[in-house]
This record gives sequence, C-alpha cells and structure tokens, in this order.
Amino acid sequence: MTAAMTQPFSAIAAIPDRIVASLEGVRKNYGDVRALRGVNFLVRAGEVVALLGPNGAGKTTAVKLLLGLIPPNAGRVCVLGGDPTNPENRMRTGAMLQVGRVPETLLVREHIDLFSSYYQRPMPAQQVLAAAGLEKLRDRKFGDLSGGERQRVLFALAICGNPDLLFLDEPTVGLDVEARRLLWDEIRGLVRRGKTVLLTTHYLQEADALADRIAVINKGEIIAEGTPAEIKAQTSGKRIRCITSLGLDRLRQMAGVTDVKEDREAVEIHAGDAESVVRELLARDATLAGLEVTSAGLEEAFLALTQDSLSNGNRPEPNRRGQ
Amino acid sequence: MSTTAMTLSNTRIERSPQHTAVIYLKEAKYEFLKNLRLRVYTASVLSFPIMFYILFGLVLYAKEAIGGMRAPTYLIATYGTFGVMGASLFGTAAGLASDRGLGWLQVKRASPMPPFAYFVAKVITAMIFSTVIVLALFALGLAFGGARMPLAQFTGLLVTLVVGSLPFSAMGLAIGYFAGPNSAPSTINLIYLPMSFCSGLWVPFMFLPKMVQKIALALPPYHLSQLALGVVGAGSHESNAAHWEVLLAFTLICLGIARIGFQRDQGKLYG
Repeated sequence: MTAAMTQPFSAIAAIPDRIVASLEGVRKNYGDVRALRGVNFLVRAGEVVALLGPNGAGKTTAVKLLLGLIPPNAGRVCVLGGDPTNPENRMRTGAMLQVGRVPETLLVREHIDLFSSYYQRPMPAQQVLAAAGLEKLRDRKFGDLSGGERQRVLFALAICGNPDLLFLDEPTVGLDVEARRLLWDEIRGLVRRGKTVLLTTHYLQEADALADRIAVINKGEIIAEGTPAEIKAQTSGKRIRCITSLGLDRLRQMAGVTDVKEDREAVEIHAGDAESVVRELLARDATLAGLEVTSAGLEEAFLALTQDSLSNGNRPEPNRRGQ
Repeated sequence: MSTTAMTLSNTRIERSPQHTAVIYLKEAKYEFLKNLRLRVYTASVLSFPIMFYILFGLVLYAKEAIGGMRAPTYLIATYGTFGVMGASLFGTAAGLASDRGLGWLQVKRASPMPPFAYFVAKVITAMIFSTVIVLALFALGLAFGGARMPLAQFTGLLVTLVVGSLPFSAMGLAIGYFAGPNSAPSTINLIYLPMSFCSGLWVPFMFLPKMVQKIALALPPYHLSQLALGVVGAGSHESNAAHWEVLLAFTLICLGIARIGFQRDQGKLYG
C-alpha cells in the first residue's frame, strides 16, 4: 500500500473553503421514525470530515441523502454545487456503502473493471488494485474473500473512477484491528492526493485518527462540531478507576468529582481535579487498589455528548446496520 | 484533469455512444458470467428442462405421437417454453430482489452507471441462457429422438422462444421489485411451476382437464408454447397474432408493475 502512495495520481488541487457538499435544514422521516431532524452540515474541499455517532443516529441517512439515493422530507441537499441526483455529480463522487451481499461469483478485477467502465477518466486498474491493497487478490472471487478484503474491494469500487469527493459509510465496521489500520492508511492516501472525504463511524478513535473535523450526530441531530481537539475540550478532566470500599454516594460528595459509575468490581470516577481526588481517596481508604488515572479522551467526550441516548452508559455495539 | 475539475458545474453526462456501448456490453458480460458461475442458477435453470425432456421426450414417450407429430419434436417446443421461462424468471427476479434488498443496487445507483444498463444486462443474459436451453433440447432431440426439422423451422422455433423470453423477463423484474431477497426464489417457484403445468408445458395441453384448459388461455406460457408449436406444425386454432398480442399486453403490464417498484425504491431505505 505504501508503494501506491508514491505513484502519481491526477489529484485535484483543492480550493480552500469551497463547500462541496451540504445539508441545510434537512429532515428525513421513515414512517414515524425521524431519522434526521433539521440537520445543517457541510463539507469543504480537501478536508476529511467524520460524522460520528452511535447506531441509528442518522449517519447512513445523511450519506444516502448526499448520494441522492433518497430524497429529504424538508431542507436542501447540495453536492458539488448541484442536486445530488445529477449524473455529472456521480461521475465525480465515489461511495462506499454498507452492503449485505455483493455478487460473489465475480472476481475482484472483474468488479473493478465494470465499475471503472462507468467513469469518464477512471484510474488504471493496476493503480486501483495497488491503492486498495488488492494486487494479490485480483483473481479471487468476491465470495472467497475475508471481511477485511471485502471492505477493500468496496473501497476500490469507490475510488476507481478517480472521484474528487468520497463518501465512506462505516468503512471499517466489523474489521479487526489490523484490517482497520490498513484501510486507514488507504484513506490517508486519498487525502494526500487532494480528495475530499466524508466518512461515518461509530469508532471514536477512527474519527480522531482520520478527520480534520468531526460532527457528532445523535438521534438525528448534530450535537457538536469541531476539530478532534475541540470536541475533546468539551469535556475536560480525568478518569480515575480503582477498587475501593468507599460507597458511591460518598465518592460523589467528594470535591472535584463530576460523575461516578460502577464498573464490575471497580468504580470509575470522573473528576476535574484528579490529584486532589486521588489524595482524598488514598487518605480515606487504606485498602484502595488497582488505581488508574487516564485523561478523558474522545471517548469520554463522545459519551458525555450522547449520554442521554445510551442507556446505562454502555458503548454502542458494532452493528452492520447504522442509519 | 486540472483544478477546473473542482468548478461547480451542473451539466449532464456527455458520454460518447461508444463509451455507452462499452458499459452496456460489460454490464451484460459480467451479469452473464455471474450467473454462469452461480451453481444454484445453472443447476436449476439448465438442468430441469433438459432432465424433463430426456425423461418424457426421449425415454418414456419417445415412440408416441402428440398432436399429430412425434413426441420428441412436440416436447422441444413445450419444454423449450418451460426452460425459457425459468431462465428469465430466475435470471431477473432472484438477482434483482437480492441486489435491491441487500444493498448492492444502491452501490450501483450511487455510481454513474446508466440505470437502464442494469436491466438490459439481465434481459440479455436471460436470452443467452434461453438460447442455450433450446439448443441443448434440439441437440438431444436430434441425436436421440430423431427430432428432425428443416433449418427454417428450427430457426423459427429458436427465435420465437428466445424473443418469447421477454415477457417472462418483464415478469421477473416485477417480481424482483416486490419480493424479498430471500423469499424471491420460492415466490418464483410458486408462480413458475403451477403456471407451467396449467399451460400444458409438462403434460400436453390436450391431455389437461377441461377446467385447466380454460385457465391456460389466460396464462402467458400457454400462448408462447402455442406459438412455438405453431412453428413445428402443432399449434392451436387461435391465430399467431392473438398469441403475440396476449404476450405483448402481459409484458406491458409487468413493466408497469416493475416501474411502480422502481419509483417506490427511490424514496425508500434498504439496508
């Protein structure tokens, strides 16, 4: 894959600040389900934007609206200055969607050959295979590939037309750590070639690792937007984990403690001023064990932002369907 | 490509006719290869009409006469209709229902693929498999059943059956738009098998109960089989034009239903 990065691509020089995709006051309902409730969101040329949220937050709906696959109930969807259903736009956009079944009897190179034929100026097949890390798999049937390899083929189909703007809907869902890192490298390669990328994810780490800007979406609404650092700054403080005999109520009453949760045999304490809390904990409980102090990362920020939607504070489970 | 590619144009796609032709050809080629390698498809679609023909046309009734002609010849027309119908229904409906229901069609719709290419590829693939089935029946009949006919008659039979696949491809598109991805094959069988029986594709029409014969008049496979039998000289009393009219009307109704499904899909979420 690294070899692919050095190859010359006909990159489009991004014009800074130019808006290439936007949702303005967009509402979308599926029957009684309000998938998006007045979303305003935009993507500028050359940036990587992550739409981050739990399952059912409206991420996939936003992507499908931007691809012109479904119409909004209200509001305006604009891509490359026009209507997303405009065929000319589809020439300049690539999409990676969540698919239940891809024709399994076609070979990797056949899938790429067919999709490349739709475009005016596709990338050479060899470059597509290299950029998606599929050189060794070109003659394999899609049905014989592993989950990560299948995602890479879908990625290849998204980039084969050499589009300026890419929509990647949960590109790494269901992948193991290694396969995820490979795909991240490939996405970073796109950015280096001047592409604009909108990706959706419910992996906080992924948004942090890839995006210039994150929009947090929950229950059909954008609840926060900013750089990964800005999102993190929305909840400051530290997380203290320890096994203690002190009761939850007593912990909550300590100065500087913002939240306390039970986590199996231990407790998890969120605090603005960790040092004073730790000092007090050690003073009051001689049997305290398993002390860990970590800074509140993006994960805490995300949990804090979306807390009302998540019962008992669990992280959303990876799921193939995310709307 | 240059920086101008980022300008905010709103023009239509300008593809050369050659480029469009290449897309249609590739779409059809890969649809054909996809089905050819799909054992479920080839096994059911190719082997059933061929097995039936061998059993009834070449083993059980090889020496019999049906409708004033030798059974091996007569049954090429009826099992040919049966085979064409299966290739078309399964080729269009099963693939479409699965592509629609499991998200693949959305990936294609998000690409600049000309939407029509997708459907044309399925119809052409069904016609190719139809041709293969009819040729296989004819080769078997000629080799083992003495089913000889003049070249003109053979060509007429082949063209009738292959063109006659179109109403069933249309029907397959209609089913494909309204059946679920997993229920599509059983839905097809529920329609395909009773329809084949009632149209006289398994048991010759004249041996069917009077009641079933009346039903047959309303069924498209009956009309196609009568057209095919007409070519070899064992058709019914109705005129060929009447049969073609029924098939044309049926095709248009099915395309109308498929169109409703196509438009409904634009506003709905799958996967």
